[in-house]
Amino acid sequence: MTLSDVTVGMELPPLEIGPISRRTLALFAGGSGDHQPIHIDIDAAKARGREDVIGHGMLAMAHLGRFLTNCVPQERIRSYKARFAAVTPVLANPTCRGRVVAIDDGLATLDLTVTLADGTVTVRGEAVVDLR
Amino acid sequence: MYVDREKALQLELAPLTVDIERGRLRLFAKAIGETDPVYTDLDAARRAGHPDLPVPPSFLGNAIELDVPNPLEWLLALGVDTTSTLHGEQSFVYHKMVHAGDSLVLHRRIADVYTKKGGALEFVVKQTDIKRGDELVAVTFCSIAVMHREVAA
Repeated sequence: MTLSDVTVGMELPPLEIGPISRRTLALFAGGSGDHQPIHIDIDAAKARGREDVIGHGMLAMAHLGRFLTNCVPQERIRSYKARFAAVTPVLANPTCRGRVVAIDDGLATLDLTVTLADGTVTVRGEAVVDLR
Repeated sequence: MYVDREKALQLELAPLTVDIERGRLRLFAKAIGETDPVYTDLDAARRAGHPDLPVPPSFLGNAIELDVPNPLEWLLALGVDTTSTLHGEQSFVYHKMVHAGDSLVLHRRIADVYTKKGGALEFVVKQTDIKRGDELVAVTFCSIAVMHREVAA
């Protein structure tokens, strides 16, 4: 994507993340600093009434961030937010999607989502990118 | 039990010092499947105009603040049952790029407390001002949702 070609309605090419394995969750715990047991310890997850561990919300936000920086240089990103709408079960297959919804004064607003194979939206995000 | 909003807004949270390390950024990149060498290879980062490996957009979010002893102390101090919490939202406003080798100080406070769905969900919003020396490099907001199961939604 070239910044000068950005138009309202433009879709970014979707990014398939691949299965969220237990190894991924362990690596992300170490890389991110979030060692909370609900993400990496099935016994702790069961003690909290879940069948299994769940993905970190911040892992989904990091995937969406990777999707974004694959499309635009990071220094152009002015703001970025994510609302965690549903949990990501272990072994889920997320896909990142994005669409330009507005351009004002050289600032493009992108609607971002992470969805699972069954259609569940796990993250609704928004980023503002400086096109100037 | 609901959070005492006035008490929350005045709660003092200790600043956190975060020294950004290349190895940590490479592990983060591996964990998220990052293939852009700018985030892992120093030469590629420098060719792209960075002084060192760049810190990716969400790295300075809630997770980094959890990487301390007793990370949930601030929620416990507010009387929150931390087995009933979910990370609701995280947002960033960026002012400067941050790179490996930077030493940052995270200044934290509770910015807001509010309820939704007739009190079934309570949100505690933590604001973190991220500074490199005197320079504000980013501001991030972390919203923790507290589920009040005793209240029918």
